[in-house]
Parts: sequence; structure tokens; C-alpha cells
Amino acid sequence: MSHVDDTSAPAETPRHRPSRAPRTPMPERDAAERARDFDEVTLGYTEEMARGEAERCLQCKNPTCIEGCPVNIDIKSFIGRMIEGDYRAGVAVLKERNALPAVCGRVCPQEEQCEAACVLGKKGEPVAIGRLERWLGDFDLACELEQRCVPEVGADSGKYVAVVGSGPAGLACAGELRRFGHAVTVFESLHATGGVLTYGIPEFRLPKQIVQAEVGLLEEMGVEIRCDVVVGATYTLDELMSAEGYDAVFIGNGAGLPMFMGIPGENLNGVYSANEFLTRVNLMRAYEFPKADTPVWRGRKVAVVGGGNVAMDSARTAKRLGAEEVFLVYRRTEEEMPARREEVHHAREEGIEFKMLCSPAEITGHDGWVTGMVANRMELGEPDASGRRAPVCVLDSDFVIDCDTVIMALGTRANPLLTKTAPDLELTKRGYIVADEDGATSKPGVFAGGDIVTGSATVILAMGAGKGAARAIDEWLTSGSR
Amino acid sequence: MFPIVHTRQLSDAVFEMGVLAPAIAAKVKAGQFLILRVAEGGERIPLTFSDWSAEDDWIRFIFMRVGKTTHQLSHMGVGDSLADVVGPLGVPTHTEGVGRVAVVGGGVGAAVAYPVARAMCEAGAEVTVILGARNKDLLILEDEFRALPLKDLVITTDDGSAGRKDLVTAPLKELCEAGALDHAMAIGPAIMMKFCAATTRDFGVPTTVSLNPIMVDGTGMCGACRVSVGGETKFGCVDGPDFDGHAVDFEELMSRQRVYVEEERLSDAEYHLECSCHT
Repeated sequence: MSHVDDTSAPAETPRHRPSRAPRTPMPERDAAERARDFDEVTLGYTEEMARGEAERCLQCKNPTCIEGCPVNIDIKSFIGRMIEGDYRAGVAVLKERNALPAVCGRVCPQEEQCEAACVLGKKGEPVAIGRLERWLGDFDLACELEQRCVPEVGADSGKYVAVVGSGPAGLACAGELRRFGHAVTVFESLHATGGVLTYGIPEFRLPKQIVQAEVGLLEEMGVEIRCDVVVGATYTLDELMSAEGYDAVFIGNGAGLPMFMGIPGENLNGVYSANEFLTRVNLMRAYEFPKADTPVWRGRKVAVVGGGNVAMDSARTAKRLGAEEVFLVYRRTEEEMPARREEVHHAREEGIEFKMLCSPAEITGHDGWVTGMVANRMELGEPDASGRRAPVCVLDSDFVIDCDTVIMALGTRANPLLTKTAPDLELTKRGYIVADEDGATSKPGVFAGGDIVTGSATVILAMGAGKGAARAIDEWLTSGSR
Repeated sequence: MFPIVHTRQLSDAVFEMGVLAPAIAAKVKAGQFLILRVAEGGERIPLTFSDWSAEDDWIRFIFMRVGKTTHQLSHMGVGDSLADVVGPLGVPTHTEGVGRVAVVGGGVGAAVAYPVARAMCEAGAEVTVILGARNKDLLILEDEFRALPLKDLVITTDDGSAGRKDLVTAPLKELCEAGALDHAMAIGPAIMMKFCAATTRDFGVPTTVSLNPIMVDGTGMCGACRVSVGGETKFGCVDGPDFDGHAVDFEELMSRQRVYVEEERLSDAEYHLECSCHT
């Protein structure tokens, strides 16, 4: 015990006596009320709550939380500034490391990262670092544009970098490259920026206004954004580096083709990939149909297959579109679900019914439309490659789930659109781009990061990869090597 | 924004539109498609390129006025701009070494058949074009086809008001029977492509069809456009739009095309209500 205390003992600063108050709960809207609309579920701390929560921080001499953050935000310092009431200084500390604090404060799995490493968590509840980050991020967004904390842009280097994709990896990379003084153009294939932050994560978890405001700040830093450009179709990688004149390229084009199970009935009307369902609702705002032009089929009984955050988002979205019953069909148990605990908890509160240890075998239909799902009961066997106990089918256990809509949230495969037009880019067997820890690919001057390298992961890991690649790109551009 | 530089009404409900899109115009190949959005809040719809000029930076497409988006489009003219145009998407049509080929264009499908037939002619193929429409007024691009070095141009209408009173499958079958085809390409309504493929199947003439499933992003991300080909699920946007006509499950395609019929009707009705205030 003593050695732990030695390294993490509070710094002897007479000014700060940590509060012993319990962790400040996040104010949330009532489950029954919020499950009927798309407004944000969590309301965010008030200033008083934020100050109170910040006061709980021990301001450790050797803070462990920073190690827990994939982009190593100086957490101790930003909370320190909050304790002092100097919020703008706190925002500046955040933005040293993270261009999108209002986004990350909402969607990062802090319970597995910074908060898991918080010393307070050893005996009690960790400081709510994510909620404090969100509060500061929102504080910054609430300021007039000229009052906002805009990271300093480096002196013009005369170099041009193309960033493919305006999701978390691309945005983080673009912001960092501007700080080094390089000119940056971000190419986005859709009509709106933000990537998964815009098409994937629902409004009730991450308001699109926040994403747009954060992107606006990058534009303020001089990042040029060009929507409606599909790299691999409108321009190839080689064209970006020759005719279009870019000195380096960062590829952060994200997750790709949605996976299906390959079971009978998957192409019936009423079967969606989570990507399609969420894109219709989030990007195309189908929940406002017919005010918005894009429709979405509003099922009465919806079965969502999967156990990740995307499955939770799909289930909760279906509920908000008016479904009477929403089932979450997962082949393992809640224990093994990759979704964040908070999302699972919110989904349950909103009345999503969990059907655990179930695996779909067939989707049944009539006249081209879904009428139900035949599923098998599963039981857990020995741990598999992922370390989780593998589900094993129980013989003759099939049963029918009555539903009119099925949403497959099973993850994605690599999107080949860009890579098939760049034959000299080394790929893994599964089609992901091979990149070293700095993001360098097999092609000189081309860097990559985020889901196109790692497969489906988190927003913050993609941001970390984008940021890291920006440093490597800077080195490559300034020294001609890496 | 993408400025409109050309419009032409081809029939009562069919329009041609050209927009400035230099980067796209430099890239397009026959058989590829674009996704457009008319304005903020609009839906993303796929349309196949009907023509383009890399030198003059424009691309063209032809659409039939059927729902809200195409109604809006039909009311736009030179001087207006489209919010978004993305492309070129999809795998280009295979036009090299097709030998003696019949290109069948049904209805608005003629718009896609035109650049395909042109590219095949340029590649040295012996091209017969079969154009089909319900009646004379719905027949489009006849002059453009006549200007191509075709082996033959056969026109059929359901009512006999132009060309032969027949379905497109009749002349197609005759060509098959004469052993005059190495390949066939059918572009048009799903039902027409289905019957074209059924016609050539008995003669073992390889047949490509250009499918038009519902899409959202058009880049492989959503899977709305999945089609069954030879028992496998393919994505129309990145694996297609061209597929082996003898392996496509047309019944499924037609069923999937009807998913939003009710919503489309509602959207269109709301639009007309809005519109009528101004007239």
C-alpha cells in the first residue's frame, strides 16, 4: 500500500484541499420523456457542479490519469485551472492535446481510460474527468467565436497536406498540422463533415451542432474543408500527390462496409445495417421526415443484433422513432458486451429489452417484408481469441422473435474504395491499411490512422492516431525523412 | 455548390440537366453514376451519367420526374445550383472487347445506354442498339444514337407509335436466334432487364445489366443497395451497378425498390401542397 501512496500522494500545495464529497452525478432527462425525442439525454454539469467535482481532484504529484488518456491530456492541469476558476486557461490546456473536447467529453469511454487510472478510483469513485472535460468544452463553445480558445497556428511552412476524411482521425490530424504551420485540405465524401460523429453517433448522445462548432473552429485555424469529394473516385491518391500538388496525405477515411450475417432473409425489406439506419436518421435527419426528404422505415417491433455502442445507438434510435418494443439480440451475455456501461444503462432505462445468449438463424418474411426472426439459444463455452467466453449454440433451441424490423449492428469491413485505386499501398489480409505506430504507410508521404488501420475502434483512439500521424508528417515534411 | 449550365426537356416527364463539376467530368467513364442533393435537407439520389466533357468541365444526367426530388430538379434551370454532386461512383461498364453486342435501353435507361454504346463503338465493338419506350413521346435520345457508328438502331414502342410495335425482347431474341450476338447489355426498369436476361439465357449470350437499387451514401458505407447475385449479397454502389443479368435476383431487387413507396408519395404530396401556394 505504502508505495502506491508515495507515488500518488497529493502535492503539498497548501491552496488545494480536496473535497471529500461523493462523485457528482450527471443530470439526465427522465427516461420516459427522453425516449420520445432526439434531444440530448445528459444535461451536463452546472458551473457549481463542475467546480464541486473539480474540487475532488487530489492534484496528485505524479498523476496517473494522464497515462490513461490516449492523447495524454494534462488532466491534472486542466482540473487545476478549473479549481482556480480560470476556465479559459483550462480550455487551453485541453486544446493543447485535444481539438474536440466537447465531443470527447461526451463519447470517450473514460471509465476504461483516464478515470480507470484515477487514484480516487482505487478506494472509491474516480473524479468525473470526462464530465469536466465536457463542461469546459461546452464553456468554450458557448463563447463568441472571437472569445473562443483557438490553438495557435504555426508559421507558414509552405507545405500542403491532404487529409482524407473529416471524422475524428482526420480532424485531429488537420488541427495538429495547422499548429505546425502546414496548409491543410480535408476531403470529405459526404455532404457534411464529422464522419462517424455526424452519420453514426445519434443527436441525443452528441448534438450535431457541437460537431459543427468544433469543425468551425478548425476552419478558423485555416483548415480548408472540401465536401463531396471521394478520394479513390473523384481523385486517386496519386493524383492528390501529383496533379493536385499535396506534399503528403493522411488517410482517415474510417470504417467501411457494414457486415451482415449471411443468414436467409437478410435482404428482406425492413432489414437494415446499423450504418444505414443511423445514417438515415442522423446525417439525413429522417426523424424529421417529411420535413427532411429522406425517409426511414419506422418499425413497431424492432430487433437489433449486436452488443456494441452502435447496437445501443440503433436500439435507442428505434425507440425514439416510435417503436413499441425494441429487443437487443446478443449471442453472449451483458457481461461480455463491448458497449459502454453508461450506454447499456441508458438503453435499459429507456425500455430496451435485452435478449441475451441469442443468435439469429433466419429472418422470416411475407411479401418481401420482415415478419420475424428465428433465433437459437446459446451458452458460453471456453474463452476465444478475444478472451471472452465463446457462445455455443444449444441444439434444437430455436425460437421465434416477433418483429417487423431487424437492424444488424455487427461491425464493418474495410472500405476498398480508396485502396483499390492505390495498388502500392500495403494492406492487411482483411484490406486495412498497414501503418507503423506513427501512421506511416508503405508509400512515402502517405500516412493513415483510425478505423481504416485498426478496424472499428473508438473516437479518441482515432483522434490519437490522427494526431500522432500529424507529428510524423511534420517530421517527414521538414526533414524529408522520418 | 454545383452550377447548372444546361437543361432540356426530353418528354413530358423526362429532363436532361448539365452541371459544372470539373473534377468529376475529368474522371467519368460510361456506366458510372453520381449522387446528388438538390438543397439542404434534401435526399441523396443516385443518377447515372448520360454525358460529360472533361474539356468543358460539365457532366450531364437524365431523370424522370417521379417524386419530390425529381420535381424540384425539373423546376431548376441555368443559373441555379445543386447543393451536392458526388462521383464518379461505381465500377465503369466493361466496354472493351465485347465483340458483337446488343445494347438495350428501356425508357430513361436510354440515357445510360447512350454513353455505354458510344464507348463500345469507340472500343471497336459491333453495336446494335435497341431502344424501347411505351410510346413515341417517351422515346429519348434517338438523334444522339443515330449519330453513333452503330450496326443498327432498332426502335420499339408498346403502342407502335414509333418503330416496331413490340417489346425490346422481340428484336433481342431475333438477334440471339440469328447467332449475331457475343454479348448483351440491358439498361432500364428492373422488369425489362429481367426479361432481357431471360431472353438471352436460353442462347447462352452473356448479359450485363445496370441495376438501380436505392442508395444513401453511394460509397459502400450503408448497404441499402444490396442485391443478390448468384446467391451472394453484393453492394450495388461499389460492386456494381453492372452485374451478370443471368445471376441477379430481380424479384428481390423490385421488392427492395418499393420499400419507401408510401413515404415517397407523402413527400411528393407535401411538396405539391407547398408548391401550390405559389401558383
